[in-house]
This record gives sequence, structure tokens and C-alpha cells, in this order.
Amino acid sequence: MAFFRRKKFKNGLREKKRVVTDGQFTKCENCNTTFWKKDLEENLMVCPQCGYHFKIYSLDRLKMLFDDEKFEEFDEHLYSPDPFNFVDKKAYKDRLKDMEAKTGIKDAVRCAKGKIGGYDAIVVALEYRFIGGSMGSVVGEKITRMVEKSLELKIPLIIVSASGGARMMEGVLSLMQMAKINSALARLDEAGIPFISVLTDPTTGGVTASFAMVGDLNIAEPGALIGFAGPRVIEQTIRQKLPEGFQRSEFLLRHGMLDAIVDRRNLKEYIVRALKFFLTDAKK
Amino acid sequence: MEKENSKKELEQFEKTLAEIERLGENEKTRKEIEDLRKKISELKKKILSELTPWQRTKLARHENRPYSLDYIERLFTDFEEIHGDRKYADDPAIIAGFGFYKGIPVVVIGQQKGRNLKERQHRNFGMPQPEGYRKAIRVMKMAEKFGKPIFTFIDTPGAYPGIGAEERGQAEAIAYNLREMAKLKVPIISNVIGEGGSGGALGIGVSNRILMLENAIYSVISPESCSAILWKDQEHIKEAAENLKLTSKDLFEFGIVDEVVKEPEGGAHNDHDLAAKFLDEAMERHLKELMKLSGDELVEDRYKKFRKMGVIAGE
Ligand SMILES: [Zn+2]
Repeated sequence: MAFFRRKKFKNGLREKKRVVTDGQFTKCENCNTTFWKKDLEENLMVCPQCGYHFKIYSLDRLKMLFDDEKFEEFDEHLYSPDPFNFVDKKAYKDRLKDMEAKTGIKDAVRCAKGKIGGYDAIVVALEYRFIGGSMGSVVGEKITRMVEKSLELKIPLIIVSASGGARMMEGVLSLMQMAKINSALARLDEAGIPFISVLTDPTTGGVTASFAMVGDLNIAEPGALIGFAGPRVIEQTIRQKLPEGFQRSEFLLRHGMLDAIVDRRNLKEYIVRALKFFLTDAKK
Repeated sequence: MEKENSKKELEQFEKTLAEIERLGENEKTRKEIEDLRKKISELKKKILSELTPWQRTKLARHENRPYSLDYIERLFTDFEEIHGDRKYADDPAIIAGFGFYKGIPVVVIGQQKGRNLKERQHRNFGMPQPEGYRKAIRVMKMAEKFGKPIFTFIDTPGAYPGIGAEERGQAEAIAYNLREMAKLKVPIISNVIGEGGSGGALGIGVSNRILMLENAIYSVISPESCSAILWKDQEHIKEAAENLKLTSKDLFEFGIVDEVVKEPEGGAHNDHDLAAKFLDEAMERHLKELMKLSGDELVEDRYKKFRKMGVIAGE
């Protein structure tokens, strides 16, 4: 069943970083097949040849999930005042400005409410292009507010992760967002409101070790890198090469860490089915 | 520069004191000796307060620093360890158990480092596996079932990054603890006694009160890893330590820890008994306050504590 009206995605889905574009054409990074750019976009940025899932923008993720691409966004104005005056090779303040210019958003997450298959729902989508989708105070605050909104309105919550973890430039404040969000999720859990966690490439560190792993359903797109520690850190610690496919979705499924792997082209259909399951009263 | 001066001054005073003491104490020298001792103590404090974040990190990792078991031994009576997660294994990097704190039945959870090579290997350098976190939450839930307060001792470089840990769900284990600790209807007090290493520390740290030893650190990442990732070298560890704001003073200022607990002169490694005594005093005070709250109030108190963490703008 096709939930999307394909024409909608003509201008919606782009992938600047991973797709080598040459005008009208684009090349799959995984299988090297060349396609019309338009064809890849219409296929929701999944390679028609090998099924490779390209990274996509948070805005496109929202459009893809909500009915008629209609939704209301929240807390877009929140930004980080750089509480630590953090400076590495570049000042964090400048980094934030550059990221805003590049992505059009003030931090690494978009939060929205709308309808999915007719059901009211909240969707949180992390933006990987924004400092690797990392979580600082703003991401933590925005997600917590969405959990609270979901609790207040008694509507399901869907979080689509794409993140390298907690953001270093806000130090321990970033770390504490993990506890803040999961404390809010504890309330959601006790209230019996559904939470679906969708893990996409990549989901690692403090994001995996907080909200991404405590969904009523934890599902992932194929081939996504998912883990606690990054592969390089593990390699350096144990001083041996990692097995093929280590920390990919299929590896996690095999080890019992995921409920399902869902192709992006079936993601909305899956979510609608899950919402129907959660929200249909068994006694009627 | 100022630190160098303080050190030189201290050496000078110590030399003078030694000379006077050699002459023997009498009416004339008594006052002089007393004055000198006072000055030396003040200078030592001053030097300690001037430590850089990187120097403090090294103190937090000092090999003679008291570990969880050193505090457990001194602060609890009739302690019995509870092993295993009842699913897969027992993780020696996290200790769980029951005991009595001034006669009050309590549950204690603590990350444990080793004192010598053999012990260090046994404790995996204080880096827990998923089973450690699962044991911790299992025992904490038992505490809740029987209405007993919980103390946790945080001292880890981080959760272990290994193949097996990933296969068995390191991230899930920590994530689950963060959510489940938020629900517990009993008082939880966490003591950051050494290294608060990121998610691995937080996995037993969602508490009503966080007490932090003066020279302990608590950070999203180690200064070494931060330097490697952001500067792509190991030349900027000190800068990373400063940027990360990982000292007890910083954490208190940002509203994350409730109290900074003083350490014996020169650091906790110099006097384990005294370090335990200082911590004991703070633990007792906070437990007394929390014992007045009902289960629901404790959950609400914990929620509010973490809910306000973070700094944002643009409302
Ligand atoms: Zn392909």
C-alpha cells in the first residue's frame, strides 16, 4: 500500500552530503549505480538498485510521516546561548551560526504534531546535518516538552533518531538531558501512552543510551549504525578488528535489541498499523 | 605563576617549621610554631583551590583515592553483597548490596575500581558491562518494594566499550535504568566520589540528591577523548578539561550537584577515614530531609531536579 503521493517528494527529499550529484544524475554510494536524481527522490532516498538508505533531512522526515505533509512545528526559536563559552578548533557560537545557515534550524531537532493515518501524533525528528544530530540543552528541552505534550494531549509519540550522541560543547549539561528526557518518558510509560522509537543511520552514544532504546517499539531502518560506543572507540579499546556488519541494524536484530527492521518505503504503513494496534480498544 | 609562588612559599614555611621544631618546643617558640602550622594549612588549601581542571581529573583518578568499597566499609554496618543480574552474569565493576546506615536498612550500589593489577582486571577498571546496570536496577527495585532508601557511589571512567557489551545491549541497559530510576518511590542519594564518566556514571545516577566530592569530576566525555575528537590530537587535553566544565565547582554552579563535599587536606587519598567522615555528614543530612517525603513526593522531587537542567535561550 502506498501511503505517499509520490509527486509530493519531487522537491522535498535531497541528500547533499552522501549523494554525488552531477546535475540530473546521482550515484549510489553503496552499489555505484547511477540514477536520475528525481527517481531516487521519488523512492524516498532509498537506492532502487540495492536498497541503500541515504540520510535524509528532518523536514523531509516529517513530510514523509504526516498525512498530506501537514503538521504544526513547536519551539523552533529555542537556541543554545553557549553556556560554557566552548572553544575548540572553532568557537561553539560560530559553529551554531554556521549550522543554522546551513540547515535553516536553530538546533538539531524538529518537533511537530499532526495526523498519521488519521491518528493525532507527535513526531520528533533529529537533524543529523546539525553537528551530527548531537544532543545539547536545546535538543533535550525540546524533546522533553514533546514528551510532556504527548502526555498532556494523550497522543502517541514517535521519535526518529539520527545522532552521534550527547553534544560535547555543552559538557555535562548535555549528559543530563538523557536523564531529563527519560524521566519524562517514565511518566509517559506509566500513563500508558505509546512511544515508538525509530532508529536511523546513525544512532549512537547518549541518544541510544537514553530515549532511543526505551520505546514500546524500537524499530530501525536497514543498515543503520546503532550502538553505545562508536566503532573506532571499541577498536582502540579491544585492539582487534570488528566483525563484519557489527552494530548495524541487522546485527542488533539478531542480538535481540530491535523489534523490527523496517524499510523506509514501508515506514509510514508500519507506524499506522502500530498506532491502530495501540489505540484500538480490545474490548470493543 | 601564582601557583609556583604559593608552592615556594609553602616550602619555605615547612623548612622554617622544621628548623624551629628541631630546637624543641618552649614558651618562646610555641606561638611561632602554631602560626607557621596555620599558614602551611592555609597555603595547602590555596594550592588545592588553584588546581586546574586537568589536575583535578588526575586527582579524581588517583590510585590511592578511596573507592566505593572503602566508603561502604566505613559507612555501613552488616553489609551483604547481592550478585548478578539473574539474566546472564555478575559484573564485578558494579557492587550491589544491602546493609544498615546508622541503623536504617538501605540498599547500596557502587562502581568499583581495583587497587592492584589483579583487582583492576577483575573489576574491569571500573567499567561496567550491561549486566552491571541490570543488577543495579534489579536491586534498586527490590529496595523500592520494601521501602528502603538507596545510596549509589559513582566512580567509573565510563561503561565498557566492547563487542560483547554492544551485543548484550549496553545502551539499552543504561537507557532502561535512566527511565526506571525516575519511577522509584524511595529516596535516592548519589555520591560522585571519583570519576563520573558519562552515561556509564549516569546509569546509576538519577537521584534526588547528587553529592560530589571536591576533587571528583563528572563529564560527558573524558578530556582525552574530547581532545581526540575535536582537536584530532592529544595535545589539547588540558584545554578540553577546561572547556568541559567537569569540576565539582562547575557542576554546583550549573545546578547539577546539590552539595560539594570537602576532602581531607591534599585530597581524599591522604586520609580515607576523614574523607568518609566528611561524606557521612552530608549523606546523613540529605537522607534525613528526604525521609520526610512520601513516595510520590520523592518521584516529583526527582523529576523537578532533572527537568530544570540545561541552559537555553530564545523562548
Ligand atoms: Zn545502491
